[in-house]
Amino acid sequence: MAKLTFSGGIHPYDGKEMSKDIPIKEVYPVSDLVYPLSQHIGAPAKPIVAKGDHVLAGQKIAEADGFVSSPIYASVSGTVKAIEERRVVTGNNAMSIVIENDGLYDSVEPWEVKPLEEMSNEEIINRVREAGIVGMGGAGFPTHVKLSVKEPAKIDYVIVNGAECEPYLTSDYRKMVEEPEKLIDGLRVYLKLFPYSLGIIAIEDNKPDCIKVFKALTKDEPRITVKALRTKYPQGSERQLIYAVTGREINSRLLPADVGCVVNNVDTVISVRRAIYDGMPLMHRIVTVTGNCIKNPRNFKVLTGTSYADLVPEAGGFKREPVKIISGGPMMGFCIFDLNVPVTKTASALLCLSRDDISRMEPSACINCGQCVEVCPSRLIPKLLSDHAANFNEEEFLSNHGLECVECGCCSFICPAKRPLCQNIKSLRKICLSKKKK
Amino acid sequence: MDKLYNVSSNPHIRSKVTTSGLMFCVIVALLPAAGFGIFRFGLNALLLIAVTVASAVLSEFLFNLITKRKQTLGDFSAIVTGLLLALNLPPAAPWWIGVVGGFFAIVVVKMLFGGLGQNFMNPALGARCFLVISFASIMTNFAVDGVSEATPLARLKAGEVVDIVAMARGNIPGTIGEISVIAILIGACFLILVGVIDILIPGAYIVSFVIFLVIFSGKGFDTTYIAAHLSGGGLMLGAFFMATDYVTRPITKTGQLIYGAFLGILTGIFRLFGPSAEGVSFAIIIGNLLVPLIDMFTKPRFFGKGGVRNNE
Repeated sequence: MAKLTFSGGIHPYDGKEMSKDIPIKEVYPVSDLVYPLSQHIGAPAKPIVAKGDHVLAGQKIAEADGFVSSPIYASVSGTVKAIEERRVVTGNNAMSIVIENDGLYDSVEPWEVKPLEEMSNEEIINRVREAGIVGMGGAGFPTHVKLSVKEPAKIDYVIVNGAECEPYLTSDYRKMVEEPEKLIDGLRVYLKLFPYSLGIIAIEDNKPDCIKVFKALTKDEPRITVKALRTKYPQGSERQLIYAVTGREINSRLLPADVGCVVNNVDTVISVRRAIYDGMPLMHRIVTVTGNCIKNPRNFKVLTGTSYADLVPEAGGFKREPVKIISGGPMMGFCIFDLNVPVTKTASALLCLSRDDISRMEPSACINCGQCVEVCPSRLIPKLLSDHAANFNEEEFLSNHGLECVECGCCSFICPAKRPLCQNIKSLRKICLSKKKK
Repeated sequence: MDKLYNVSSNPHIRSKVTTSGLMFCVIVALLPAAGFGIFRFGLNALLLIAVTVASAVLSEFLFNLITKRKQTLGDFSAIVTGLLLALNLPPAAPWWIGVVGGFFAIVVVKMLFGGLGQNFMNPALGARCFLVISFASIMTNFAVDGVSEATPLARLKAGEVVDIVAMARGNIPGTIGEISVIAILIGACFLILVGVIDILIPGAYIVSFVIFLVIFSGKGFDTTYIAAHLSGGGLMLGAFFMATDYVTRPITKTGQLIYGAFLGILTGIFRLFGPSAEGVSFAIIIGNLLVPLIDMFTKPRFFGKGGVRNNE
């Protein structure tokens, strides 16, 4: 059943050695905290505070608007300075709540905590929902939606995504090394929700120490196993991960639950544990600050809403002038043109590079080398889809399964002619998907 | 905001492999065969190679200049085309054959169809076939130092015996680049090792050709006969350097396998039953023309196609 890998994929320079061996450090924000109302997939949250209000750390400042949505919590105590448009990682302006930090970090009382065994499934899911937990690997899909499966008994596998296949990122790794028990406790919550499921902690084999730790910790746990996956990007992509671990395939029309799987990122599982065991909402996350421009690359425990600009001095500042700064990994992250954007629930890294591959390399004619076909984890023909996309030929794009693309970027990475394959495909995909929704 | 950082749509990194890098590898891989040809046939071979490459490069430069396009010489593909064509010329050919061939390959076969990546047949082979048809007597004259001798394939066709040892040493008449199997294989191994080509197309080509010979030659599994067929003529050069041309081969692995096997069979038909002893060039060109069809029928099964809901 388990293949432990998938077909296609690439092996870019991973740069993980820069930050992987240094312990996580807590950082405190210097500037105002900015909380975009949309840090997740689904409807933006609705503010429940007004300008001038005094808030405490852990206080809800915006509530979920509908089922597929997620509330937002203040991570510091202070005053609501404004509710206005602020720039976010995508480069757009988004409605955000701005809080001036009073530096006291007064916080609200944690929620009442009950032992896991005494909680009903409904209580658990509600708590996860209330805590504002979303997929922290990058997509930001509200976790309570993933947990609200129609038939929980039909979930066979709960997969903890510890692949961390994005180059440079080590935040999941540090979490797993430093607090492995917390991850296992978090997984127990999932196992309670899905009574017939097997918990699988899936880790790429470039983290042998993690695999060893988890194997030792779970050797007496009949419902938890550890799987070593072959190191390859995009091993952490949901579809590829499910296939590697269980041999089951899903496409764009199926959800993991349709094949009996629930997949969650390491940080998400740990946040679930915090909500259930400590009664705390999602207020911080681990961010890798790295790249060849950063003097002391390492991981930080960052309060959500903190400006990226506050992280750079903590990492020793720049040792050389960066040309490109990426929020997230180099394959799936967002480039930011200005450091003054907030860390959100889904921000995994701040990557500062002195070299911009894209501006140095001009796209040239496709020579039909077939590399893109070879690396495509969705087994598409990126070259063909990209041409159709460039011509806005929706019909051909769809009939060649353009919607099955997971936008992993392998094709663009590998292309010797440096063609913007993934970019073209992504644009038309977005258009097709938005038409479909109507 | 005094300084803005660069932005791009993801992914934000690129592999180091470039088109010009790949082409450069092919040029390097062709050097042993070219070197051996010059060593065997002397100055005229060197002159032909130089003239053909120069003609190809100049044609591309002028075409881009006249049609006001961006210069594309930096991708080195014109050099590869010129070199490949030169290796397919008889050593005694006059210099203007190289000029005409280089021009035809670049302008007619490649640039008029949209330049690199758009040509539907291998430019070097297209030009070679053009030359063979237009200047048959020059293109089939393999005389060395004025002494005319039949090529091993022509002898095989006439039912004569061939000297397999001489063939291995490259001591046979033939085009500049095809005579030494060993030199060609050194280059091919290099290309496979650096990952520019894989063994799929040449492998399928050679295997299917051998099977075809065993079945239809009437000689059964005669190793000398098979070895002579494999190392004679343009088969090795064609299988490793022309059939593997990215632009004119199918894009999927399955397609490549079918394509390679098809080339082997076609070459077998031409060599055993055709009027000429040689058949590789025409086989590959016909194969090139079938590539869109093969591509159409070998689209990969996308990931998750077989995915079904648990409760269905």
